[in-house]
Amino acid sequence: MTQSQPITAAASGPRIRRSRAERLGRALKKAPASAHLGLVIIVAYLTVAILAPVIAPHGEAQVFAQPFAPWSAEHWLGTDQIGRDILSRLIYGARNTIGIALATTFLAFLIGGGLGLAAAIGRGWLDQLLSRAVDVLMAIPSLIFALMLLSIFGASSLNLILIIAVIDSTRVFRLTRSVAVSVAVMDYVEAARLRGEGLGWVMRREILPNILPPLVAEFGLRFCFVFLTIASLSFLGVGIQPPSADWGSMVRETAQLIQFAQYDLKAALTPLIPAAAIALITVGVNYVVDWFLHTASGLRDDV
Amino acid sequence: MSDTDILLKIRGLEVEGHSESGWSPIIRGVDLTLRRGEVLGLIGESGAGKSTLGLAAMGFARPGCRITAGSVEFDGIDLVRASEPEKRRLWGTRLTYVAQSAAASFNPAQRLIDQTIAASVREGLRTGADAAADARALYGSLMLPEPATIGRRYPHQVSGGQLQRVMTAMAISPRPNLVVFDEPTTALDVTTQVEVLLAMRKAVREHGAAAIYITHDLAVVAQMADRIKVLRHGAEVEEAPTREMLAAPKEAYTRSLWSVRLLNKPARASEDAVLTVEGVDAAYGTATVLDDVSIRLPRGRTVAIVGESGSGKSTTARVVTGLLPPRTGVVRFNGAVLPPALAARSKDQLRRIQMIYQMADTAMNPRQTVEEIIGRPLTFYHGLRGAALERRVVDLLDQIELPAHFIDRLPSELSGGQKQRICIARALAAEPDVIICDEVTSALDQIVQENILKLLMRLQEEQGLSYLFITHDIATVEAIADEIVVMHKGRVVEQGGKDQVLAPPHPDYTRLLLSSVPEMDPDWLTRISEARGLG
Repeated sequence: MTQSQPITAAASGPRIRRSRAERLGRALKKAPASAHLGLVIIVAYLTVAILAPVIAPHGEAQVFAQPFAPWSAEHWLGTDQIGRDILSRLIYGARNTIGIALATTFLAFLIGGGLGLAAAIGRGWLDQLLSRAVDVLMAIPSLIFALMLLSIFGASSLNLILIIAVIDSTRVFRLTRSVAVSVAVMDYVEAARLRGEGLGWVMRREILPNILPPLVAEFGLRFCFVFLTIASLSFLGVGIQPPSADWGSMVRETAQLIQFAQYDLKAALTPLIPAAAIALITVGVNYVVDWFLHTASGLRDDV
Repeated sequence: MSDTDILLKIRGLEVEGHSESGWSPIIRGVDLTLRRGEVLGLIGESGAGKSTLGLAAMGFARPGCRITAGSVEFDGIDLVRASEPEKRRLWGTRLTYVAQSAAASFNPAQRLIDQTIAASVREGLRTGADAAADARALYGSLMLPEPATIGRRYPHQVSGGQLQRVMTAMAISPRPNLVVFDEPTTALDVTTQVEVLLAMRKAVREHGAAAIYITHDLAVVAQMADRIKVLRHGAEVEEAPTREMLAAPKEAYTRSLWSVRLLNKPARASEDAVLTVEGVDAAYGTATVLDDVSIRLPRGRTVAIVGESGSGKSTTARVVTGLLPPRTGVVRFNGAVLPPALAARSKDQLRRIQMIYQMADTAMNPRQTVEEIIGRPLTFYHGLRGAALERRVVDLLDQIELPAHFIDRLPSELSGGQKQRICIARALAAEPDVIICDEVTSALDQIVQENILKLLMRLQEEQGLSYLFITHDIATVEAIADEIVVMHKGRVVEQGGKDQVLAPPHPDYTRLLLSSVPEMDPDWLTRISEARGLG
């Protein structure tokens, strides 16, 4: 048995109490460049989304005379097929697309994570009931299922969020349940139950912190998939409804401009810009997720 | 001693390990000489560098370690300078290794016999059919059940003791020159340990292999080794032939290695029972695990429940804590019947019975600091918060003899003994009447065991605690118990005062259990194998 010596230097001397903000500051200072880049991207997107009415040169649904106008001083990125300013729609699109994707992902984790934890702790009939229900939902191809539900309930933003969240929560449930089951049998969970702790405490304080890394990794991935799902649904006409701007449908609407590349290269680039916007936020989110996973893996590396 | 006789020669070996603070020495200049066919015991407490030295004897440094100085000469080959392919040809054939945790060392997806013969076949020493026939013969000589077919099972289909013997067969199969045994019986209970020890000794002797036997239990190494080397902090304390060392250890440190066996608390009787278990039957599903168990725990005393694994010791604890409601029978606390199920017990009833676990590692949430771990019962049961909470935590740390700055540590920053102390402090924080100790010392080495037992006894004196002490180790029982309950296959075989139970005559099972405890006598294993006709 040759374990390395426990670190003795770490906590000797007078006790230093750090506030949450201080610890966050220290963590940020030690974060790698990629994490900083990711944070900058996310903050920039959020700023744009929140301040959209201030930044955008024109209104979201304002129609100008000339459809498919080239890039100019008036319309920096030109106009779309019915003459709406593309830059403005890109900016408003951040608001719709990110807002809906974030809300959907959070909701999916709230439902799937909560039920997954409850199933892992409770086991027995609760686990059986939830797991089989999830099996049934997962047996139906998710895009077709979403399409069906949206055409039944109508394609409002709220319905979009609820339906995608419920469908996605099945995957989150599966993951949460499987990682939580192995933590739920640990002695410290039993010790908490023997102490008389309620289900809420055991879920939040004993199990959740120990399964957070895989959940956060999944969050990054899920967020991207939700983006894609919304884009696909918009493409099929049941996603975010016009005149609200969203990046997925903007790609579709301006896609035909690509064929004019030999006449106007800039115009041909136009459909790629909303696509790039989606790609960039995806990369940013995943950089931050990677950083979190790295910090979480070595329980504590600040000294 | 001629030079050709010497199989392994280690000179001035230094090994360093990597940690956050850089490279620090693990082995500080050790010499070791091993002749052909000789068995050397390596003994020392956790962190003494035993395993590192054992692996270095094979020319291996585990990830995060490096050999920085010295030479390891195996049969004329310098293993420190040998290339990786050269060493790989020796490993698994001429140099083999038996690990502590057999369960963690086997590939769960391959049959035992395929793993047993893999090295011999890979190096072309023998054909598969030949090696398999030999492996079956080895299984037989290691007294495994159904030697002809046991190899077709998968690792999870045999018991821990059997798996350890299969691993010994795997190590012997290529007829190596040197086998390194790294704490191979530490995870086994005493009755199984005897069988495994006998099998290993027989295998080593019959096939003339030299061996290095690493352990922290001097009584075990006394049965196996011709010579013993004591290590501490990566350096040699002393080395002597086994009999000589046991009769007259030169260093005080060597003597302290078996000090836990010298602890012996005089038993005291008490009439006033704090906890009684009355006629309890319990089952998991349809499998009955407890059959009419009655136990009485006197106030301020220690009752030890002893028995091998599967005897129902831990299940008894689960019934008392309410995790497993019994089918029939009751548990009384201070004369009143406790509700059988955990959920039906009041906060105060829960507070008064606390539990300490065998594996302190898994008994503490790795993401909580010491303050959160000890502080939670204080907040939960006594409503302490803020500065009052911090004061009380420091006070509890003081009671378990740890300094106040440990308050911010995470479990991963504590040693094994410190972790167990924190678990004790967490139990104390509730201010209980009864503490159930489930094998609390069996994962610790002898010196740490002694300290933990002394701490528990002191706390009992000061606070009038009553302990229900579950263990398979008779030395621990002698050290701490007032009364003993012997369990076997879910029944209470014998119970009474310590002196009465430990004195003959014994029921059959108690005798088997007591005689299985290794004694500080090199002839003990031979004697009991003859007595039991195990040959």
